[in-house]
Amino acid sequence: MPADAPALRARLQRRATLITALRAFLDDSGSIEVETPALVRSPGVDVHLDAIPGGDGWLATSPEYHMKRLLADGAGPIHQLGKAWRAGEVGAMHEPEFTLLEWYVPGADDAGLMAQTEALVRRAADALQIEPGWGDAPFARVTFREAFEEHAGLDPCAADARRLGMLLRAGGTRPPRGATRGDLEDLVLALVVQPRVAADRPTFVTDWPVERAALARVRPGRDTDAAPAAARFELYWRGVELCNGYHELADAAEQRRRIERDNAARAGLDKVPYPVDERFLAALDRGLPDCAGNALGVDRLFMVLCGLDDIGEARAFRVELEAP
Amino acid sequence: MVMLSHTDLRKGVKVEIDKHPYQIVGSDFVKPGKGQAFTRIKIRSYLTGNTIERTIKSNEKLAKADIEERTCQFLYSDGEFFHFMDSTSYDQIQMDGKALGDAANWMQENMECRILAWRGNPISAEPPNFVELEITQCDPGVKGDTAQGGSKPATVSTGAIVNVPLFVNEGEWIKIDTRTGDYIERVKR
Repeated sequence: MPADAPALRARLQRRATLITALRAFLDDSGSIEVETPALVRSPGVDVHLDAIPGGDGWLATSPEYHMKRLLADGAGPIHQLGKAWRAGEVGAMHEPEFTLLEWYVPGADDAGLMAQTEALVRRAADALQIEPGWGDAPFARVTFREAFEEHAGLDPCAADARRLGMLLRAGGTRPPRGATRGDLEDLVLALVVQPRVAADRPTFVTDWPVERAALARVRPGRDTDAAPAAARFELYWRGVELCNGYHELADAAEQRRRIERDNAARAGLDKVPYPVDERFLAALDRGLPDCAGNALGVDRLFMVLCGLDDIGEARAFRVELEAP
Repeated sequence: MVMLSHTDLRKGVKVEIDKHPYQIVGSDFVKPGKGQAFTRIKIRSYLTGNTIERTIKSNEKLAKADIEERTCQFLYSDGEFFHFMDSTSYDQIQMDGKALGDAANWMQENMECRILAWRGNPISAEPPNFVELEITQCDPGVKGDTAQGGSKPATVSTGAIVNVPLFVNEGEWIKIDTRTGDYIERVKR
C-alpha cells in the first residue's frame, strides 16, 4: 500500500462526511433528493454565466429550470446534490465543474430559507467536528447597501462610475479598460466588500439591487427607504461566497422579460445567446408554488470549514483537460 | 498576432499590454455573485523589471508578447556595443552596453548567455548564474586584518569589482554569483 494511502483515505472520508451530513439534513427536513438532466437544451440564461457545450445541447450551469418544473408539478420540497458546469471559471475559488447543493422549500421566503441555511451549515461543521467559533448568536444579516456603506463607504444606489473607480484606485486596483458602471460595482463587491463583510462570523448579504435580481422576486427592501430590492441573499464567510438564494420569481411574463434582457445583453458582449426554455416558462405559467430556493457551493463550504485555500484541495481531482 | 483569452493568463505566460512586453508572475480569477468575471494579473516588465497589476474583464483578449529566448555566445565588446552569436542560427546580434545593465559586468569571451528578443530585437542578455573570472588586480591581504569585515575589493578580468576574502590573491580565479555579484569560492584553473 502506498505510504500516503491513510492520508488519502482520511481526506476522502472528510469530504464524504460533509456530503452525508448535507443529505441527512435535507432528508430530515422532509425534502426529497432528485436528479435532473446534466445535458440540457437551455443551460440557464444569465449575462455572466457561460455554459460548456455538450452534444446538441449544453451542460447545465445549475439545475434550476428542471427543479422548478418539478415544483410546479407538485413535487414539494426537493433537493439535488450534483455537478454544475460553467465555462471559463478557473481559479482558487472556481472550477469549471463543481459540486452544487440546490434545494427548494415551498412556503418559505428568503428570511426563512436563510435560517434553514444557517442550521445546515452548523450541522455540517458539527459533522466534521469543527469548532468554528461562531458561538450561539445567529449569523449576521446585512443588506447589500449596508454592506457597501460599511465596507466601501458608499451607497451603491447613488455612487456613479467615477466614484466607484476612485475607490478602486485608492485600493491599488486600476479599473479595466472599457469597464461599465456595473463592472466597477462588481469589482468593488469582489475586492472591497466581499473580503471584509464576514471576517469574524458568517454573514448573509440580503436585498440585492433589482438589476441583480437574477431569478429572485422584487419586493420592498429592508433598507430605511424601502426601495424595491431583490429577495436574494448570499452567505459569505472568510471572504468566500458560499451560496445564492432567492424567494423565487413565480411570474412567467417577468421571467421571460429577464431571460430576453439577459440574452440581449449577452449578444451585446459577443456571447452566444441561449435557447429560451419554453418548458420552464410553461411550468411557471401553470403555477410555481410560493417557494424559496438556494444553491450552495459544496466545494467552497468544505474549503472554509477545513481552512483550505484552493478549491482543488477540496476535491479528489481538479478538472484536467490538458495532457500531463 | 496570437491572442490570449483569460483562461490562458497563467503564471509564466508572456503578454503585451500598452505596447510593452510583460511576463505574468501571478494570476487570480475574480467573479462576484453572478457578476462580471475578471482576471487580475501581476506582470513584470521585460524592459524595466518593474512589477505592476492589471485587472482584465474575462471577455477581453490580450496579445501574446513576441518574446523569444535565444542561446548566444558572447563574442566581444567594442566599448559601446556587445556582440553575440546565436548558437543555433549563427546570426550575429549586437546590444547597446547600456541596455545590458549589470549583465555587462560578467561577460567574457565565448561565454554562453540567454538573450531575450522582443519583436526580434534583443532586450536583455543574461549571463549564466555562476561565472569563473580571473582577478586582475587586488591588494595583498594581511592576515588578521579584519578592519573591513575580512574582505577586500578585487578587480576581475571583465573590469567588475568584487568583494573577496583576504586570502584571495591577484592572478587567482574565483567563482561569482552573477545574480548578486557575490564571491562564492576560489577555483583552480
